[in-house]
Amino acid sequence: MSRYYLNYLDELESEAIFVLREVWAQFQHPVILFSGGKDSIVVTHLARKAFYPSKIPFALMHVDTGHNFPETIKFRDDLIKELGLNLIVGSVQESIDAGRVAEEKGKSATRNALQTTTLLDAIEKHKIDCAIGGGRRDEEKARAKERFFSHRDDFGQWDPKNQRPELWNLFNGKYFEGEHFRAFPISNWTEMDVWNYIKRENIAIPSLYFAHEREVVWRQDSWIPNSEFLRLEAHEEVIVKKIRFRTLGDITITGGIESDADTLEKIVNEVSGMRQTERGNRSDDKRSESAMEDRKRQGYF
Amino acid sequence: MIDNNQLLRFTTAGSVDDGKSTLIGRLLYDSKSIFEDQLAAIENTSKKRGHEGVDLALFTDGLRDEREQGITIDVAYRYFTTPKRKFIIADTPGHIQYTRNMVTGASTANAAIILVDARHGVIEQTKRHSFIASLLQIPHVIVCVNKMDLVDYSEEAFNRVINQFEEFSSKLLVRDIRFIPISALEGDNVVNRSEHMNWYQGAPLLHTLETLHISSDINKVDARFPVQTVLRPQNDSHRDYRGYAGRLESGVLRVGDEITVMPSGFTSKIKSIDTFDGTLEEAFAPMSVSITLEDDIDISRGDMIVRTKNKPEVVQDIEVMLCWLHNNSAKPRAKYTIRHTSNEQKAMIKDVVYKIDINTLERNTNDTELNMNDICKVTLRTTKPLMVDSYRENRTTGSIILIDDATNETVAAGMVV
Repeated sequence: MSRYYLNYLDELESEAIFVLREVWAQFQHPVILFSGGKDSIVVTHLARKAFYPSKIPFALMHVDTGHNFPETIKFRDDLIKELGLNLIVGSVQESIDAGRVAEEKGKSATRNALQTTTLLDAIEKHKIDCAIGGGRRDEEKARAKERFFSHRDDFGQWDPKNQRPELWNLFNGKYFEGEHFRAFPISNWTEMDVWNYIKRENIAIPSLYFAHEREVVWRQDSWIPNSEFLRLEAHEEVIVKKIRFRTLGDITITGGIESDADTLEKIVNEVSGMRQTERGNRSDDKRSESAMEDRKRQGYF
Repeated sequence: MIDNNQLLRFTTAGSVDDGKSTLIGRLLYDSKSIFEDQLAAIENTSKKRGHEGVDLALFTDGLRDEREQGITIDVAYRYFTTPKRKFIIADTPGHIQYTRNMVTGASTANAAIILVDARHGVIEQTKRHSFIASLLQIPHVIVCVNKMDLVDYSEEAFNRVINQFEEFSSKLLVRDIRFIPISALEGDNVVNRSEHMNWYQGAPLLHTLETLHISSDINKVDARFPVQTVLRPQNDSHRDYRGYAGRLESGVLRVGDEITVMPSGFTSKIKSIDTFDGTLEEAFAPMSVSITLEDDIDISRGDMIVRTKNKPEVVQDIEVMLCWLHNNSAKPRAKYTIRHTSNEQKAMIKDVVYKIDINTLERNTNDTELNMNDICKVTLRTTKPLMVDSYRENRTTGSIILIDDATNETVAAGMVV
């Protein structure tokens, strides 16, 4: 075999760098949507590579539901400081206080769906024309249809049946006043690719991804962490378990899995043997068969 | 997973009932790329719809409308990995009105799988799909003759399809065509070798995909480096740094190479090739790097760095095969934005030379209207020169899109003749 070929991770990395540079060249005010989860951390790492030796030319934007893991917030703040970047926070609590959205009622109430309004408000307020996300096409069936450059109309909505065709690597980021784009540099990565890359590059990630002891409750087939926001049902019991998280979202909806994987090596091994998808522990996706599609149409991440 | 594994992108095409979704489901299922919760969801749906057993086609269901109508509306991307390779499938709809989706899926593919129903043989849609694979210069085409279980796994039926296919494919430009008899429903020759077709000596589909020689699919001869953006950090450690950021789209560049910047024509030498992980002595396609030059030259996005001894053509009148992708038909002598690598200019469709009837491959010089899904040879006139290679030589520097300024929509894709 010729020595002039890239392995799959190098090819994916080069593709993501290419996309990030296209975003920078085609838009005026792009930001990276930063949740503190592994995918947005990998996107940030790739942005560092794309513009080296310059620093990342984007701010990070965090949509803060107020229902955070404290570890995520600390990780976010440390990273911002290390990279010398600006942080934009869109606060769901402020959206609630301003009457823009109302808290869901009932036992399974979360702030997940409320984020869309806060996100779109922040995009408008800060005149952001492209929000770069860590979404991957392998995550979910509606995401499988996403473009690298994904158009949003002036209501922030995604129209999956009427997307611009995206051929070769010729991205069309043209928009009219009030519209914006989402860009997904790691569209073609799978969960396994992300973990292999984190391990290869030795990228720092929040401690929540590693196995640790934590107070949890068994609910909807996964271990939901105990927190000040959790309302216990009569039959539910808080116990201490050794768990880790496969994805990070709101503390109220992110389920952990029992695990002893406390190093990147062990996590990669564990993930490669997994027989459940990573979003299987996310109650936000369990609401219906089209839960993700419906949220995305309205402007969700 | 082995670190040196390569990535193979392939597209699948077939008409509505050729069993394309079943084939993809079978590939994912038999290669153990399906997770238990996905399988449980599919089992559930299969039961609800009254299917016997698990309907593998449901794995490729996407949007709500697609589930309700039982069709694929848009290209969906799917992923699976074997110990030998990582695969990206561009799953494209096969209906006549969705030619634009197949062109989209084909544009980045190393290989195309074209499905033929063994009972019906080569039909118009097969010809259309094959023509698009040839037009988009997909290096490898695999014709899967499906539903062999419904023709008693007969070698004659398989050979009949090969003969029909070869009769018309001689008019096409495909370097590598293979034929595999399969049954996606029963799993014959998809991942596992069939026990019903001992007369077939070739490899099953997955093994074929795992061993296609794709290293030579990228042009390694003509160095083409379109500049995406200029990096000027102006921090203490890199005060005078001026790096040209881009992806090497073909060929190899080395430190010390004599280069020319197009279109200005200024020459210099490569001083360094930089990445976050350190400097390189050489870069090859498709690496993303930052290049510095020995001389201060005015370079910006849209320029192209090439070897002085190997340059693309500089043209303002460009002949392209144009595929029209939008409901709004082209207006005569209308102006569009043209995007070619990182370069953006205005262009006008000066002349429609002929339209191709993609069922008969005949050229019609009388019909020059450009409607959705039409493929025509046209001449474009651009406001400033573009640096192009023929699409056959170079899929990146030989491709363009047209954008309608009135709607900002991508309306056409073109391949330089």
